Amino acid sequence: MASPTPAAVNPENTQASTDKAASGCSTTTMGPLLPAKIPGALAHRSGLLLCFALLLALLALFSLAVGSKHIEFPVVLDALLNPNDSADHAIIRDSRLPRAVLGVLAGSALGIAGALVQSMTRNALAEPGILGVNAGASLAIVIAVGTFGINGFNGYVWFAFGGAVLATGAVYLVGMAGARSNDPVRLVLAGVALGAVLSGIGTALALVHPSAFDQLRAWTIGSLEGRSADVLAPLGIAVLVGVVLAAFTGRSLNALALGDDTALALGYKVGRARVLILLAVTVLAGAATAAVGAISFLGLMAPHLARRFSGPDARWMLAYTAVLAPIILLLADVLGRVVIPGELEAGVVCAFVGAPVLILLARRKKPVAV
Amino acid sequence: MSAAPEAPAAARVRVLGRARRLGRETALCLLLSALAVLFALLVIGSGDYPMGPGKVVNVILGGGEGLDSTIVFQWRAPRAVAALAFGAALGVAGAVFQSLTRNPLGSPDIIGFSTGAYTGALLALTLVGGSFLATSLGALAGGLLTALAVYFLAWRRGSHGFRLILVGIGISAMLAALNQWLVLRAEIEVAMAAAVWGAGTLNGVGWPVLVPALIAIVPILGLVLAGGTTLNMLELGDDTATALGIRVEPARLTMVVLAVLLTAATTAVAGPIAFVALVAPQLAKRLNRAAGMRLAPAACMGALLLVASDLVAQRLFAPVQLPVGVVTVSIGGVYLIWLLAREGRAANRI
Repeated sequence: MASPTPAAVNPENTQASTDKAASGCSTTTMGPLLPAKIPGALAHRSGLLLCFALLLALLALFSLAVGSKHIEFPVVLDALLNPNDSADHAIIRDSRLPRAVLGVLAGSALGIAGALVQSMTRNALAEPGILGVNAGASLAIVIAVGTFGINGFNGYVWFAFGGAVLATGAVYLVGMAGARSNDPVRLVLAGVALGAVLSGIGTALALVHPSAFDQLRAWTIGSLEGRSADVLAPLGIAVLVGVVLAAFTGRSLNALALGDDTALALGYKVGRARVLILLAVTVLAGAATAAVGAISFLGLMAPHLARRFSGPDARWMLAYTAVLAPIILLLADVLGRVVIPGELEAGVVCAFVGAPVLILLARRKKPVAV
Repeated sequence: MSAAPEAPAAARVRVLGRARRLGRETALCLLLSALAVLFALLVIGSGDYPMGPGKVVNVILGGGEGLDSTIVFQWRAPRAVAALAFGAALGVAGAVFQSLTRNPLGSPDIIGFSTGAYTGALLALTLVGGSFLATSLGALAGGLLTALAVYFLAWRRGSHGFRLILVGIGISAMLAALNQWLVLRAEIEVAMAAAVWGAGTLNGVGWPVLVPALIAIVPILGLVLAGGTTLNMLELGDDTATALGIRVEPARLTMVVLAVLLTAATTAVAGPIAFVALVAPQLAKRLNRAAGMRLAPAACMGALLLVASDLVAQRLFAPVQLPVGVVTVSIGGVYLIWLLAREGRAANRI
């Protein structure tokens, strides 16, 4: 072809191809829709998953022993099995056990939410915060502190959750309105746009209200410290709801990875699946973010790590993410407590633990896309 | 196409189509530039000593008295010029990255430049005390070091776009966490000053800092705009681009370096102004309706977006001056939402 600008030759075609490419860096090497029927593959996958679950349990137990006051393992076990009123038992029961449970729940929630968002939008760069969760929650916190004078985590945690849910709902309305509702790029762009507006307003308000700025900077960083045990029950319910919704959509996720047209042709209800996934993401990411802060990087990197072990099947990937993400978060929390007690938040350590893993993964020979 | 002779009618349609497309692009650029200049005149005219656009033009053309001309040339013009130049630079840088990564979320941020610059500036503000020069130098060093680190960590027999993004996200996440930690540990006044810088602001920009930035930005802008065709070929994929005679790796590296330098010059003076690089190319693309990423409309859109945002940032809560970055995200975001919603409605009608 003689033209120096090939893009100009056939605008229709090129548009389609760039748009498809834009929807994700995912030149997918998708496996078959059903998991490979190799004997032993199932056993291998579930065995490995079990190992990771065991690792998580051990890590949680370990996190009960570590802290400003070291508590011996036998005492830890004793505190769990035959609790009494001694000081050590009180520390474990009132502060360390809720903290460990919070880490497991919030880690799972953020991880699953990230995996769902990446699968649904077919964009490996998507994270739970992309649908406006972080921006909505932080704007709500700024309003709660700056306008209503609410102070402290327990005061604003419900504001944060409400803000996150409202923001995601608005993103859905903008991104999915109209007949081209099934274009995930529109959803991502709507999330980016709305998130930007909300965070812009939030920053402007925070700069006018120093007290709100002060609380916001403490919440944003993401930490398991100083959270009341009261959030555990709502967070647990949210995780349960999210996991059930995610389990329902597992098969549709595999189909969606092949593209909307193929999924429709295979008989999947694409629109309904998207709504369910979005609902799950909202509940999971909203609750976890409100409880521990904006640690959305965890939701971004955990699915990439999980895909290493699970292969392309979305259901296995979700299961692995649900276990690997809390491992990273708990590890970050314990490390932070050991290195500089009380001064190094889990959100900070999480980035320093997770990012090198992500970089190593990226440097492996074949980058596995969504 | 070149093999088989085309029917004259088909060829005519093709040529007409291309001409119409280029015509649309030119018209769009002219319209956006005209609006941007108009807003720049309004920026120059606004303040405690207001002047109408006509008077501003008169002063610029040399018809001003001593005080008027001092106000226009020394006090207010640097800010307006900075908004125009920085907006164009950010728009083009964003377009280059979105084109190279073929991802609408692509922007110079993905290789960590802005986050690294913020780290550098924060360190300068918290450790050295943060004069304008120290902050600028800190930002420049932080941003460039980060970008270099990301590029080398991502290098493995070629810079695969996806790998570059993942490594960039990883490094950015670490630096962002460090930034938040620094902000949380700093005194509240220092933290808020840092937050203003971190949002991106044109407050206090004068000729002494602007001129060096302009000396860097203007020629680089020209180079990048000249490379637009190469960029469109790279969009077709590495294999196709190679077949079309592009040396893919050097071409990509050159474009990345130029885009990073544009961001660097801007960030050093004004801080990491959020969102212009992300949204200006998308807005321009939606208005232009061309296939692939076009650089000139992105530049004009970026300039318009930044200068209009600066007017709002100055006037909205006057005399309190908002950082312009807070306004760019709001205006750009609202406009993008409106475009998306309109697209949805248009698709409904069909």
